[in-house]
Parts: sequence; structure tokens; C-alpha cells
Amino acid sequence: MAKEIIELIVNGDRYEVAVEPWRTLAEVLREDLNLTGTKIGCNQGDCGACTVLMEGRSVSSCLTLAAEAHQREIVTIEGLAQGPEDLHPLQEAFVEHGAVQCGYCTPGMILSAKHLLDHNPTPSEQEIRQGLSGNLCRCTGYSKIVEAIGAAAAKMAPAGEGE
Amino acid sequence: MPNMPRFNFHRPGTMEEALDLVSRFRASVKVMCGGTDLVPKMRAGVAVAENVVSLTRVPGLSTISYRDDDGLVIGGTARISDVARHPDVRRHYPALAYACDKMATVQIRNMGTVAGNLANAAPSADTAAPLLAYGASLVLVERGGRRQVPLEDFFTGPGLTVAEPMEIIEAIRVPAPPLRSGSAYLRVSARSKVDIAAVGVAAALNLDLEGRVIGVRIALAAVGPTPLRARQAEDMLMEQIPDHDLLARAGAACVRTAKPIDDVRASANFRRAMVQTLAQRVLARCGRLARGEDAQ
Ligand SMILES: Cc1cc2nc3c(=O)[nH]c(=O)nc-3n(C[C@H](O)[C@H](O)[C@H](O)COP(=O)(O)OP(=O)(O)OC[C@H]3O[C@@H](n4cnc5c(N)ncnc54)[C@H](O)[C@@H]3O)c2cc1C
Ligand code: FES
Ligand code: FES
Repeated sequence: MAKEIIELIVNGDRYEVAVEPWRTLAEVLREDLNLTGTKIGCNQGDCGACTVLMEGRSVSSCLTLAAEAHQREIVTIEGLAQGPEDLHPLQEAFVEHGAVQCGYCTPGMILSAKHLLDHNPTPSEQEIRQGLSGNLCRCTGYSKIVEAIGAAAAKMAPAGEGE
Repeated sequence: MPNMPRFNFHRPGTMEEALDLVSRFRASVKVMCGGTDLVPKMRAGVAVAENVVSLTRVPGLSTISYRDDDGLVIGGTARISDVARHPDVRRHYPALAYACDKMATVQIRNMGTVAGNLANAAPSADTAAPLLAYGASLVLVERGGRRQVPLEDFFTGPGLTVAEPMEIIEAIRVPAPPLRSGSAYLRVSARSKVDIAAVGVAAALNLDLEGRVIGVRIALAAVGPTPLRARQAEDMLMEQIPDHDLLARAGAACVRTAKPIDDVRASANFRRAMVQTLAQRVLARCGRLARGEDAQ
């Protein structure tokens, strides 16, 4: 049960890491790659704090073995902003609408929102709420998060399609 | 939070390789698809295996296909979210589409598979009741052999099935729906859709030109050690016009089949009351769909 060298493609960068097969993607992102934006809350699939995109789909990285992610494309919260002054529209909207309090749920919320908007660029409020069904927030009461995602969708949608 | 136990991890790139691995390590092996049941169970020490074989890289195993003559084939690694959005599933199997749309969370549906949901054999498994109502069967393969098992013979108890450790679910086969048929699934849970179902009822109903029942299957989730067929209610409906009174009596027959327990999700009494209500609603909806009165 030795370590295995795996290759992860995270935010477009290739990493080779030696991992034990029982370690999760969330642990390896945080502890080996120092990408601590991904949070671990419940470690059992309930809270969504660990959400990342794998091959374009939102997944719980606390339930994904790192070895399973070998050669898969991963996007974490660190991969969204183009630079410190150049936030992703979802990140900007979260800041503008006060959708961040303690911030622990925020990376997962934003990646779930990105997955939603990638599949449905003009979601209704209900669709936004359903898209966040796997993400818990103990601070904001959700309203501001839902507003922020609606605003980001309107900003990102091609002209004429926005709500 | 308990630590994960140690195991060897295998990522076979072909079905032959996967079957060799599970056969070689049969004494202590688990296959894995999404890992949404297996990873938490291993962490909790409920599932133990020295070898974990991931099927997600086996080519062609995630295919979902439909033909009018052959029905639906759901590959062994097809994700719940892909089943939910498949146009033929939405058109011909609304009860399954509903289960796959509503169960768990977006992330879990993006990872989890229908095969994993069935093999995990929770009495509350959300895809099991609709698939029982459709008369689905499982194609199980092992090195040098293949067998087809009707889903109703698959479950033997909570977490238990007839599948051997070296067998892999290659596909789930679901017959094409007959003419003048309708199907539906409803579930209730303590807080919202995200919760594991406290009760679920699925049915598929098929009428003749006069509106008499010529085929019906009803399945109950989370009210027994396995998902259950409600045969007494089915027998009551056969050859009859399913009017309101008959559906109420069929609902009562479903309650007699149910063997609910009290647990953290619901009391046995609440479950019995919900079986009655959900069964009546589900059967009424099946009837409307079969008569062409209700376009979803
Ligand atoms: C937060 C959360 C919420 C959930 N909510 C629900 C819910 O609402 N409803 C519900 O029904 N379930 C729910 N689940 C349970 C789980 O997500 C589903 O059962 C899922 O479908 C399991 O699929 P998987 O591919 O992840 O299975 P895995 O975890 O990979 O495997 C599960 C079991 O099946 C076996 N197995 C998997 N694939 C095969 C195969 N092809 N052949 C043979 N054996 C196989 C494995 O060995 C293992 O024993 C939830 C889980 C979590 C973590
Ligand atoms: S830490 Fe993964 S879902 Fe909570
Ligand atoms: S901002 Fe604190 S958990 Fe959401």
C-alpha cells in the first residue's frame, strides 16, 4: 500500500504528487498543493465547502479520492480570478452584494454557482436555490448569495439573454 | 472524524482488467464508481476492503441508450445527473427522471451512479422504486460469465444483494414503456429533497382501450428492509377501471405491504400515513398519463 505518483491538472497547472490511495482530493489540494481555498467542513458530502469542478462538473472533493482524480482537470476557487485586481464576475458579485460573512462556505458556493451558470446561463431564482442545494451557509441566510448569483448571471449573459 | 483505513487502489482501463482484478482480490475487494456511498462507509469502518477497483475509466461503461424495441440501457458507470438530463429518460421514464433530478445534491448527483445506488442496497435508494416499477433488470458480469437478474430478485436485505464480490453491474436494462402507460414517483423526507427519503412510492400503470388496468407495478421505498413490491395493491387494480375509490383501497393495500420502522427520519405511523397518500397520488398521476390527460 505504497504511495503512488499521480498527476493532477489544477487550474491549468500540472502537478505530480505522491499520494497514499486513501487520501482525498480535498486533503491533497490543501496539504500537498497548498491550495487552501477549498475548505473541509463536514467531510461527508453534506455541506459543499469542499466543492471543486472536476472535468467541468461540481463534485465533493472530500468524497473524491485523489488517486481517482489522476489526470483529471480540476478547477478550484484559486483558478477563477485572472489576477488580484481581476476577480471573476461571480466573485465580484459576492463582494458587491455582501454575500460573504465568515467566508467558509464561499469557495464552494461560487464553484456550485459556476457549475450552474455553465449549464444554465439565465437561471430563475428557484433554479439558483436548487443549484445550491448541496451547499450550506451558517451566516448569510442565503438571500444575498442568491441575489449575487442572479446579478452575476445578468452580467455574464450575452446581450439580450439577461434577465 | 475517523481516518480513512488503508487500501490499494486500482484504476483499470478495460473491462477485462477490471474483471481480472475483482476476481483476483475477491476475498477483500470493493468496486467503486462515484464513491459517494463507499467513501463515507469506509471512513466509518462500515465497509472494509483491502482493494478498491474504480470503474470510471472503463471505456463505454457510462453510456445511456434507448431504442423503442429494446428499451433503456443505463451503463454501469452512468452518473445520476446524466440519467436525469437524458431526453429519452425524461420522455419515457418520468418516474426515474424525477428520482434522478431530486435525490441528494447537485454534487452527489454529478458523482454518484444508478448502479452504485442499487448495489449499495439502501431500503431508501431513490432509483430503486422507479426501476422496480418499470420491471428493470441488472446485467451482472464476472470473468467468464454474465447473467441477468430481475431487480426484484436483487435485494436481499439492508445493504445486501445477490451480487457476488467479483461481479460488476455492467448495465441496467429497462423495458420500453407500453402504449397507454404512465409512471410516477413521489418521496417525502424530513427537511427537503436533499435528505434521504423517509418514504417513497413509485408506480407504472398500463391501460387498455376501455381504460382498464392491464399491467401495473407499485414499489415502496424506505418502509422495509429492502425496496418492496406492493403486490396486493397491484392485484386489486388488475382488470379494473382505476377510479378514486379503487385508488384509495389500493393505497390501503400498499400500507398493509409496508413494514415501516421508527427511526430518526420518521415514525412508523407517519410512514404508513404517507404510503397511503403518496400511493394514491402516484397512481392517480399514472392513470392521467396513461389516458393522455396529463402532459407531465
Ligand atoms: C450527502 C449525500 C446525500 C445522499 N442523498 C441520497 C438520496 O437522496 N437518495 C439516495 O438514494 N441516495 C443518496 N445518497 C447515497 C449515494 O449518493 C447514492 O446511493 C449513489 O447513487 C451511489 O452511487 P456511487 O456511484 O457513488 O456508489 P459508490 O459509492 O461508488 O458504490 C456504492 C456501492 O455499490 C457498489 N458498486 C458501485 N458500482 C458498482 C457496479 N457497477 N457494480 C457492482 N457494484 C457496484 C460498491 O462496491 C459499493 O458497495 C447520498 C449520499 C450522500 C453522501
Ligand atoms: S466537506 Fe465535503 S461536503 Fe462537507
Ligand atoms: S458565510 Fe459563513 S458559512 Fe457562509
